[in-house]
Amino acid sequence: MTTFRIKRYNPEKQPEPYFEEFKVDATEGITVLDCLNDIKWTQDGTLSYRMSCRSAICGSCAVKANGHAILACQRQAEHIADKDDTVTIEPLGNMKPIKDLVVDFKPFWDKIDKVKPYLHNDTPAPEKERTQSPEEFRLIDDASTCIMCGACYSDCNVLEVDDNFLGPAALAKAQRFVGDSRDKSTLERVKELSEPGGIWDCTHCGECVERCPKPAQPFYRIKEVMASALEEGVHNNNGARHALSFTKSVKHSGRLNENQIPVESVGFFNIKGLLELIPIGIRMLLKGKTPPILHRSIKEADDVKRIYRELGE
Amino acid sequence: MKFALFTGCVSKGATRELMVSTMKAADGLGIDFVEMKSASCCGAGVVSEKSPILNDALNARNFAIAEEQGLDLITICSTCQGNLKKSECKIDSDEEYKNKINGVLKEGGHQYQGGKINIKHFAHILSTPEGLELLKSKVKKPLKGLKVAAFYGCYILRPSGLSDFDKPDDPHGMEDIFEAVGATPVYYESRIKCCGFPIVMMNKTASLDMAGNALLDAIQSGADVVVTGCPLCHLSLDAYQPEIRKLKEKGYDIPILHLPQLISLALGHTPKELDMHKHIIGGERIMDKVTA
Repeated sequence: MTTFRIKRYNPEKQPEPYFEEFKVDATEGITVLDCLNDIKWTQDGTLSYRMSCRSAICGSCAVKANGHAILACQRQAEHIADKDDTVTIEPLGNMKPIKDLVVDFKPFWDKIDKVKPYLHNDTPAPEKERTQSPEEFRLIDDASTCIMCGACYSDCNVLEVDDNFLGPAALAKAQRFVGDSRDKSTLERVKELSEPGGIWDCTHCGECVERCPKPAQPFYRIKEVMASALEEGVHNNNGARHALSFTKSVKHSGRLNENQIPVESVGFFNIKGLLELIPIGIRMLLKGKTPPILHRSIKEADDVKRIYRELGE
Repeated sequence: MKFALFTGCVSKGATRELMVSTMKAADGLGIDFVEMKSASCCGAGVVSEKSPILNDALNARNFAIAEEQGLDLITICSTCQGNLKKSECKIDSDEEYKNKINGVLKEGGHQYQGGKINIKHFAHILSTPEGLELLKSKVKKPLKGLKVAAFYGCYILRPSGLSDFDKPDDPHGMEDIFEAVGATPVYYESRIKCCGFPIVMMNKTASLDMAGNALLDAIQSGADVVVTGCPLCHLSLDAYQPEIRKLKEKGYDIPILHLPQLISLALGHTPKELDMHKHIIGGERIMDKVTA
């Protein structure tokens, strides 16, 4: 018998959440959702969670299992259980629990709404429909597979500390339209997405790729929006300046110039930003940790420059 | 054992103590590291924001250099490791893309063949059964009594499709190394989290809060020291530590070591020889915790 330790919460009866254990005969092939259903239907009808399709399509049943977000209907209990044959089930993270495993998705949907998840095209519609070539569709195919289950949002490392971050799902949805050959608002979109809380606040931790049950894999979509923003010339922010300074530095010497990049990232005329660099600069100077003032190139740095030239960079 | 050493940029810049300790650890373990002096930056996940193909071409050139040396490529930075693996997977899975990149490399005299070398982090080779045996056989000063918390650095673990290092959600390679040098590993939830460094220029408050949460977790789990395999994590956790609000409020601080520094201590080197005094949070004090 597999033990399910489930985080229970009912603010109408008790203000603090608590864990309750249930035993389930988790036979081969049975999913975590099957086990939750077994508990609700045969042991405790008050257990609350969301579910619908049981086929990893609707995105309703995402929960945390042993600390990480999963789709309950997509994962088999025997693959999730730890060495003590126990599965700890909790509500998704970064969202407020309402009851047991049900969380409030409102901030999630508000952020999806913020990226204007619909096609912008005011040109007269053709007789039939606005078509795309298979190659054009391929650029937005992965983002199109998002089922908005919230697994990425739940485990996003930035959202744990900053509610203002749009988060992986909304930014992946944004790529669905930034990369759409029929959309006419690419520049406006990437300008908005380059604001604080947008693409450049992604910390590259890869957690969303790990949790995504579909090919949407938000981190890679965010990188695509970053590339679009740079291509569209939206450079007046720390993230874009950082990417450009970094790339330029590698071009010149084959390696990163750590003395240059902080200054170029915050911008030469950003007095407040430059002042904020002073404390760490002084700390590192006093400890002899400052990168060498004379920045040395790698051997064969000319070959690196030649590669840049050949690729038009 | 002989490897091509991909030093990365930061071990030559703001964390030169990583390079010093890496060479001392290798020397003590009888590992021959041949530095790849003509290798370029891995791109750190940043060059690809500007141009994915430029990033992959630079890394294909790096792989070609290791292939020419006939040696597996060893990284000492989780960020380098993740970014090199990402390029490798992308190039190896698309023959047409590989040919295009080799066309770009040709004039420089390099060609990437693929499938000839492995790309591994130093922690990876030390956490194999052979690596752990080697470590145990060379330890001169077991770090008995020292409670050590690993901080893995995202890219060595995630995306797991690119990493063959360890289980991404429950790794144990670093902790196995700690045990091999006589120390006591501290398991805590944040050991696989992000340090926040990539956004320190864009959203400093969030970045420092991420570092603060991880360090608070390590301290409250009883760690004497945090050890990382990534010099960028080291900068975030050590160099920025005096600015971390969450630690300041509690009056805490904790030394952060590079993995090769911990190994080198067990091989008999002194903190001074390993430039531990150059850390913002001095690391020498951890030796008081080591019982004779």
